[in-house]
Amino acid sequence: MSALDLSFFNADLVRQFLWNGFVFSIQLTLVAMAGGILIGTLLALLRLSGRSWLALPAAAYVNTMRSVPLVMVILWFFLLIPFVIGRPLGAEWSAIITFTLFEAAYYSEIMRAGIQSVSRGQVYAGNALGLTYFQTMRLIVLPQAFRNMLPVLLTQTIILFQDTSLVYAIGAYDLLKGFETAGKNFNRPVEAYLLAAAVYFVICYALSSVVKQLQTRIAIAR
Amino acid sequence: MNFRWEWEVFLRDTGGGETYLHWMFSAWGWTLSVAACAWIIAILFGAVIGTLRTVPSLLLARLANAWVELFRNIPLLVQIFIWYHVIPSLYKPLQEVPSFILVVFALGFFTSARVAEQVRAGIQSLPDGQRYAGLAMGLTLPQTYRFVLLPMAFRIIVPPLTSESMNIIKNSSVAFAVSISELTLFALQAQEETSRGIEVYLAVTGLYMLTAFAVNRLMAFVEQRVRVPGTLGAAR
Repeated sequence: MSALDLSFFNADLVRQFLWNGFVFSIQLTLVAMAGGILIGTLLALLRLSGRSWLALPAAAYVNTMRSVPLVMVILWFFLLIPFVIGRPLGAEWSAIITFTLFEAAYYSEIMRAGIQSVSRGQVYAGNALGLTYFQTMRLIVLPQAFRNMLPVLLTQTIILFQDTSLVYAIGAYDLLKGFETAGKNFNRPVEAYLLAAAVYFVICYALSSVVKQLQTRIAIAR
Repeated sequence: MNFRWEWEVFLRDTGGGETYLHWMFSAWGWTLSVAACAWIIAILFGAVIGTLRTVPSLLLARLANAWVELFRNIPLLVQIFIWYHVIPSLYKPLQEVPSFILVVFALGFFTSARVAEQVRAGIQSLPDGQRYAGLAMGLTLPQTYRFVLLPMAFRIIVPPLTSESMNIIKNSSVAFAVSISELTLFALQAQEETSRGIEVYLAVTGLYMLTAFAVNRLMAFVEQRVRVPGTLGAAR
């Protein structure tokens, strides 16, 4: 049993190795969440539109994304994006595009369940008021679906944050990479990995506690 | 775009006396073995931990909850690194253990937290009367779990376990990071060596989808066999 030595860990190391990676992981999570929920909601609306030429391609997209490992999706986009736009794109940008489009599939399933959880009477009421399909969705159904699904959407975001560590596959500089680089430079990989685990744990545990609180508050209000 | 398919790439020699097609199928075998072994660990630990979360003993329930929180709130890749880089250097005898075993434990424990969550939900979905009836019959608490609660709970949670089984196949791809020669590592290396990334990735993606589909069908069959008569699921 070799003794752990955490003395190498100081503010300088955080500035030099960890901060940029941390900022990128957070950026990646937030952009993929915002973009993923937006595109995911559109996909859910397409699937529930009742027109098969809209619903089928959306369903195919969602099911394909959900049946392939994320690492493979990351590799696919990293391979294909330069092919499509004609010039290489950095690993960081590639990761942002990949995660947005990949998470959209998962968020769309959540939004679909959320939309279906709104009672039919709400749609009838909207129709009776003379609202169009999209007005009914935007003004009546989506706000309620969003509220009902908020805890699930946030739980998915925690999973998304954990999954951002997989950009390792294309060498993007994220939080984990920061710890790994620091560990290599100071020749203390064991401590670096343990600290990385601790940091991820604290962030994810804190967020999931917030989600639990939110769940009880939403449950009471209903 | 002037793209040309070149599927012959799979017949090329890797330099080790076998074709890329051979290598890919052996990689598929590794993916299946990692996933299958990890699945067994996940089910065993998940069942025990999930059950403990519902027992009256506060200490046991808290320990089980801590297990779930620990393995659920750390990314899988970080957990694999901990098993591969950290644990063997803290506990020397483990340095002899092949990395395959370490990855199996990493993926198995990671998934066990999710299985435990399903098992707990399954047990708690049973009416309290079942537990009381068992105890009133004179069964001890372990007997009540063994003969009354767990057989029902396991039949109820087959559908969520299906998606966990499909997830474990997908998650086994993370093993590439510690040089397990599974499908994703094959994809990375074959892409680099042959520069025929699209063909290689398509084949690998196809194998992943095929595997997930096969697991899905298998579990659908199990689901049909163990369905509890009289529940909504059985009516379908």
